[in-house]
Amino acid sequence: MSDVILKVENLSKQYRLGTIGTGTISHDLNRWWAGIRGKEDPYLKIGETNDRSKKGESEYVWALKDINFEVKRGEILGIIGKNGAGKSTLLKILSKVTGPTTGVIKYNGRIASLLEVGTGFHPEMTGKENVFLNGAILGMTKKEISSKLDEIIEFSGCERFIDTPVKRYSSGMKVRLAFAVAAFLEPDILVVDEVLAVGDTEFQKKAIGKMQDISNTEGRTVLFVSHDMAAISSLCSICILLEYGYVKEVGETKQVINNYLTCKTNTLLSNVFFKDDLYLKSFKLLSKQRERIDFVLFDSTIIFEVEIESKREIVNDFILEFKVKSDSERVLSTFSTYLNKYQFKTNGGYSRKLSCVVDSVSLIPGKYSIDIIIIKYMEGDKLAKLSDVYNFEVVRSNNFIFSNKIKSKFHGDFIMKYKWS
Amino acid sequence: MDKNDWLFEITPKNKLLDFNFKEIWAYRDLLILFVKRDVITLYKQTILGPLWYLIQPLFTSIIFTIVFNKIANIPTNGVPPFLFNLAGITAWSYFKDCLIATSDTFKKNEAIFGKVYFPRIIMPMSIIVSNLLKFGIQLVVFFLFYGYYVFQVVPINLSLNLLYLPILIISMGMMGLGLGMIISSMVTKYRDLTFLVSFGVQLLMYLSAVVYPIELMREKMNEYAWVVEYNPMTTIIVTFRNIVLNTNTVSIVEIGSMLAISFILFIFGMLVFNKTEKSFIDTI
Repeated sequence: MSDVILKVENLSKQYRLGTIGTGTISHDLNRWWAGIRGKEDPYLKIGETNDRSKKGESEYVWALKDINFEVKRGEILGIIGKNGAGKSTLLKILSKVTGPTTGVIKYNGRIASLLEVGTGFHPEMTGKENVFLNGAILGMTKKEISSKLDEIIEFSGCERFIDTPVKRYSSGMKVRLAFAVAAFLEPDILVVDEVLAVGDTEFQKKAIGKMQDISNTEGRTVLFVSHDMAAISSLCSICILLEYGYVKEVGETKQVINNYLTCKTNTLLSNVFFKDDLYLKSFKLLSKQRERIDFVLFDSTIIFEVEIESKREIVNDFILEFKVKSDSERVLSTFSTYLNKYQFKTNGGYSRKLSCVVDSVSLIPGKYSIDIIIIKYMEGDKLAKLSDVYNFEVVRSNNFIFSNKIKSKFHGDFIMKYKWS
Repeated sequence: MDKNDWLFEITPKNKLLDFNFKEIWAYRDLLILFVKRDVITLYKQTILGPLWYLIQPLFTSIIFTIVFNKIANIPTNGVPPFLFNLAGITAWSYFKDCLIATSDTFKKNEAIFGKVYFPRIIMPMSIIVSNLLKFGIQLVVFFLFYGYYVFQVVPINLSLNLLYLPILIISMGMMGLGLGMIISSMVTKYRDLTFLVSFGVQLLMYLSAVVYPIELMREKMNEYAWVVEYNPMTTIIVTFRNIVLNTNTVSIVEIGSMLAISFILFIFGMLVFNKTEKSFIDTI
């Protein structure tokens, strides 16, 4: 099957920063004047890369810049990237919610989007009425919906509530109903954005199964955006990695996810001076394969690696500690040379690499940061404390945690491995 | 694959005249469902329900009759003042409701427009249609009172001019829709217009000869009467009254020019709306 159904060519999208006020009128007039003289839009030349953390010069940024890719019929394409990488903008353009600034998208067939389902549900109307309304919004005719109504209701599992106003539904039920409508939409290209975040495990499995069905047996194409690596890797054959509005990588899902997880967001510290002629040369979080990582798969092996240099010889007179903190600044675990009596030596004038291997990460999926502390052994003086030297995120893998409903506030900080019998 | 083999394209800029009527037609079921939604949800959880359709014009007419005719002594050319006011208010409120509701299209539907694509024009069109139903009910009420007056109180002659009524209604709808679309497109960027609409409509009512006969304006303030006369809404209100109350002759020229003006407004509104719909989500 080399049948290309969707082709994106040089797609770019520019946004204006700041507020819209009186200044906007002057820009609009400038643009209009340039248009009349047949010149190019003066504000198109000045956009900057969309890196939200850096202070930029220009008022205009490129949310997407020169995006090119193709999707074949029947493929499920995953789109991944950090927040602000341009994923949602891309989907918005694909689903015609907003237009591109430059570039073209060419496609054959009907595109339907599933951006945050449940849009267009009217709380006062019953489930059944909403199925019709939502279906029509997504582009179905009344006849099409009528013929599939029973299937839709059955798939949603909301049969009992179907004549009750939607405002009485739980949020999960709303999503089920909305997804059910979209699932029976039969578009040629289905665009899905993070819908599976709500709904219980059973429904998620059903939804993922439905998406696979859509692509495998019915030969439809699905574009799927998610932060859920487990879902992406089980669904998608190919994947696009976006970064700052550029396509960083297109390719086989496994490879792209791997690169995404190892992509570097932390700025590494180097040569930090501690008291007593002690330098911290570097600190890294490594995978089992000794690659630098910022994302940690639950239950995987990780290695903290620190490099220390001192002007004189050190024989066990320092304590080195890493503290892992949750995003609410609570210390969850300490890795200390003192606690398990590790002999910590360096030779004078040399640097020394120290590795701390953690066999299986049991932290609940979420964001964490690391503090480094060095204490003088005899006096117990704290020589140095470096806060938040490294940030990492634990993401769920399909090894042990299957539900993505897991939350640190709700399920605790750690998940110990267990078996039911 | 051949380069020209693509069925659809998404490109940055709209051509000026880029109406996809086929697409709008394909979404006709959505239009009907929106109308249905508007109608059945409007008075949910109210006791009086659709009776509110009737209460609004009736009470406004009563108050207007008391204030403008009994207290301020505005003459109504021999027509019973209550009927005079009811006619004006029925016609005016259709235009007003259409204008106010459509001018809010983009802002009010931001959430849904931001997620799904369908021809945006379906939304204001559905407003026009659901208001038409409301107008229909109000018109029936008007004719009930009208019948009462014709047979009981003062004889008013029915006329063949009533046949112009559909043209008038189309004209009102197009004008409300056209203006509403222009305003809704501009509101996406400049919110100033929201304020303008809410009190501007109030003021416009007084400039549209709703509460007084146009002759009175000519008589009392002749040098400013042109403001009212050139207002296309005045033509609509006055013609509507002339048709239903048979107070004056109806000129074909006037009806023709009114239809032309509304049509131009409507087309212009479509152009502006069409241009805005593609990128409004970035500026709203």
